[in-house]
Amino acid sequence: MTIAIPATQAPRKFGIDVSKPVLYGFAAVLCVLIVLPLSWLLIYSLTDAAGHVTLGNFYRLFTESSFYDPLVTTFIIATSSAIICCAVAAPMGWLVARTDLPFSGVIRALVTASFVTPPFLGAIAWEVLAAPNSGLLNKIFRNVTGAEQDVHLFNIYSIEGIIFVISCYTFPYVFVLVANSLDRTPGELEDASSILGGGRWYTARRVTIPLVLPALLAGALVAFLQAMTLFGSPAILALPAGFHTMTTKIWSLFQYPPKPELAAAASLPLLVLTIILLRAESMILGRRGYSVVGGKYGAPRLIPLHRLRWVAFIVCLLVLMLPVFLPYAALFNAAFSPVATTFLTFQNATLHNIEFVLFELSAASLALKNTVILGGATATVGTVIAVVIAYVTARHAVAGWRALGFLATAPIAIPGIVLGVGLFLSYTRPPFVLYGTLWILLIAFVTIALPSAYQQLQAAFRTIHPELEDASRILGATRLRSLWQITAPLLRTGVIATWCFIFVGVMRELSAAIILFTSETKVISVLIYDLNESGDLGAIAVIGIGMLIITFSVVIAVNRIPGFGTVRFRT
Amino acid sequence: MTNFSRRDLLIGSSALAAGAAFSTQVLSAAPPASAVTPALIEAAKKEGKVVWYTSVDLPLAEKVAKAFEAKFPGVAVRVERSGAERVFQRVGQEYGSNIHAADVVNSSDAAHFIVWKKGNLLEAYVPEDVAKFYPAEHKDPDGNFASFRVWVCIIAYNTNLVKKEEAPKSYADLLDPKWKGKIVKAHPGYSGTIMTATYQMQRDLGWAYFEKLAAQNIMQVQSSADPPKRLALGERAVMADGNEYNIFQIKEKDGPVEAVYATEGSPLIVGPTGIFKAAPNPNAARLFCNYSFSPECQQLIVDVGGLRSMHPQTKEKAGRTPFKDIKVMKDDPAAVEKMSDEIKQRYSKIFRV
Repeated sequence: MTIAIPATQAPRKFGIDVSKPVLYGFAAVLCVLIVLPLSWLLIYSLTDAAGHVTLGNFYRLFTESSFYDPLVTTFIIATSSAIICCAVAAPMGWLVARTDLPFSGVIRALVTASFVTPPFLGAIAWEVLAAPNSGLLNKIFRNVTGAEQDVHLFNIYSIEGIIFVISCYTFPYVFVLVANSLDRTPGELEDASSILGGGRWYTARRVTIPLVLPALLAGALVAFLQAMTLFGSPAILALPAGFHTMTTKIWSLFQYPPKPELAAAASLPLLVLTIILLRAESMILGRRGYSVVGGKYGAPRLIPLHRLRWVAFIVCLLVLMLPVFLPYAALFNAAFSPVATTFLTFQNATLHNIEFVLFELSAASLALKNTVILGGATATVGTVIAVVIAYVTARHAVAGWRALGFLATAPIAIPGIVLGVGLFLSYTRPPFVLYGTLWILLIAFVTIALPSAYQQLQAAFRTIHPELEDASRILGATRLRSLWQITAPLLRTGVIATWCFIFVGVMRELSAAIILFTSETKVISVLIYDLNESGDLGAIAVIGIGMLIITFSVVIAVNRIPGFGTVRFRT
Repeated sequence: MTNFSRRDLLIGSSALAAGAAFSTQVLSAAPPASAVTPALIEAAKKEGKVVWYTSVDLPLAEKVAKAFEAKFPGVAVRVERSGAERVFQRVGQEYGSNIHAADVVNSSDAAHFIVWKKGNLLEAYVPEDVAKFYPAEHKDPDGNFASFRVWVCIIAYNTNLVKKEEAPKSYADLLDPKWKGKIVKAHPGYSGTIMTATYQMQRDLGWAYFEKLAAQNIMQVQSSADPPKRLALGERAVMADGNEYNIFQIKEKDGPVEAVYATEGSPLIVGPTGIFKAAPNPNAARLFCNYSFSPECQQLIVDVGGLRSMHPQTKEKAGRTPFKDIKVMKDDPAAVEKMSDEIKQRYSKIFRV
């Protein structure tokens, strides 16, 4: 997650403005992508089943406990997750960025691993680990302490369990913001403090932490939004415990008999809250941006931890056991043991689940094909759109670039499930009957991916000074040629990174897909969700491991997810 | 939304007598019985695949698919498995958008077939075995569908966690405070089995029973195939409802589960199969439908699946309680069809999800 910093250079004028049609073309596409589903949401929320204008949907939303209870639950979950994420990610980000923590690259890689792990897969793995009676950790606990059968240490089917699992897969967002911010904070400010007599810890407390605080607050907001809009984890863990969150409630309103008008009305509070919080975030980030821009930065001071180095490293590893090592081990156990929550031994190991997934599960190959096609197409289309818009806004190539930039970031305010509902309402009717095709999923995934892709590429453009293009133009190259020969090669790594980022995002996406899929357009995430509903944990484990292998292959092949263990995107 | 709804389809047809769809033999409009002919096999092979929407437990569905593919090479089966209520919603949503993806459908909520038949969605097709061997109450008089599978929704317990003599014997026993926090239960909004069972239980035991059960802090899962699996994991000690056939499957592989047939009677579940008129692969659909009711396939779902078959040539597997010895509650698809929305609403009010 990178942050837009207000550009400082003056708008540049170009000769013949061939870009106008491009701008309007892209603006029109973006408008259709975003405005159409949101309009239908609004229309539906204000009409009853018979089509009359009414406020009754909202009245029900705020008077019936079956609606406002989930709202309160969601708020509790999101707030707690945000606090936990900050409490964990901020110290870890500081350790990695600013201290001589050993193997900080390993820590960053492990944070990347928890970032790319689909949250719903993590939730299922934690079921295997911490279901009150059959959970592996509870079994170990009872074996060690000799406790009674119904005594348990953890109960994942609880609000605490959900908060924990959501935090596991949300804290990377905070980590990246904090670590990036610390990476960028100029060393001079700390030097100044040292020269004036401040000790290392004093400097950290009085200079470094205040500088990074806005990024931390922004991280808290991002974590809050993530926790609020997740569908998979609460659906897997809250429903067995007997309560709803907003996302599962919206989804349940789509079950037979569908009540799209109530689903639309229930979507709007999420949308409004998201927009308010994002406004707050951009204000905070805007301030932070100004505070550190400018000047050549010295290398940040690394604080020696002395003997605490290894303690800190081990603590980091222990924390990262929770989103990475333990769940992966649980998936491995479930994949190869005869019953998911029986401890795997050499005697009981079985290939039954592998055989089932590879040779019997007839929906798997179609779902895999759809996922790969959608991943590739979304990544390609999303990257192209993001490159064009990032170029236009970074170079102010056409008038109205601000509006284009705003449109590209706007979808961040739309939770996946809300977008899914909106798209369903938009594209099941003429003139665009796209439901039942991969196109509707492509639209959903591109819309979801666009904001972060755009922000990443914008950051990439900022690292390339326009004087390089100018030099090429002065030497006689056309604009296209200088783009092709100068800008494109310099941007290559950024573009590839963005492509991968989107691809991985598509693998993780469940909340829009769960509303939009049909049997012919099922994707892997939906297949896993289906399998979870019928309790086929072994098959889920095999598919999940396969999914992780694909994801990690993509990540390792490129090894440049911005902000994670790479210096490419530091300014 | 353009989905057809049960209510719309019901308008003007409320005079339809309960159970009429199943039992009226008079004025039968069923087409003549169809056998598997070389021409049918050839035509099916040309289509190359068949899409089967079903709610039967996934591993069993895939076994049936593989057995079919082995017998008729060149016709691939794609199983689309979800809970019957989800399958129903999926079909409605897809047909509402003019998407005709399903060839053959099998549901654990027999009421769905009443709706589809009224909506004129089903093809009249009577496989030879259905015409010759199936009892009248297990086939549609107009040849739109027949009972592919029959089973009961039962109580069961984990034998490692519960001693035989302490196990519940009846639905009333489940209300004992000692089971608080130890019960797992499936959902009628997802599972056709549980929808059907909930109808029969609220009719025979009253909604008050469910209100008391909800106070037992049950673990709420979705599929009726899931409670047996949670028992096998040892996650909960007792299941309040779930598939008898999954319990058989697990028990016969030495899983620690035991079935209980409640003294009040166990809800009887019937899972019909039919073909959609708009099937994209009509010949493969007919071939698969025909195969579904063959003694071979029926014996497979009994032996491997633990289901009950209405085909008189099948044999029950030794060690299982014979079907005739089980006290069952009476099934009534027409009544389920009328009440299903209300059941879902009341259920989610009582159990909060």
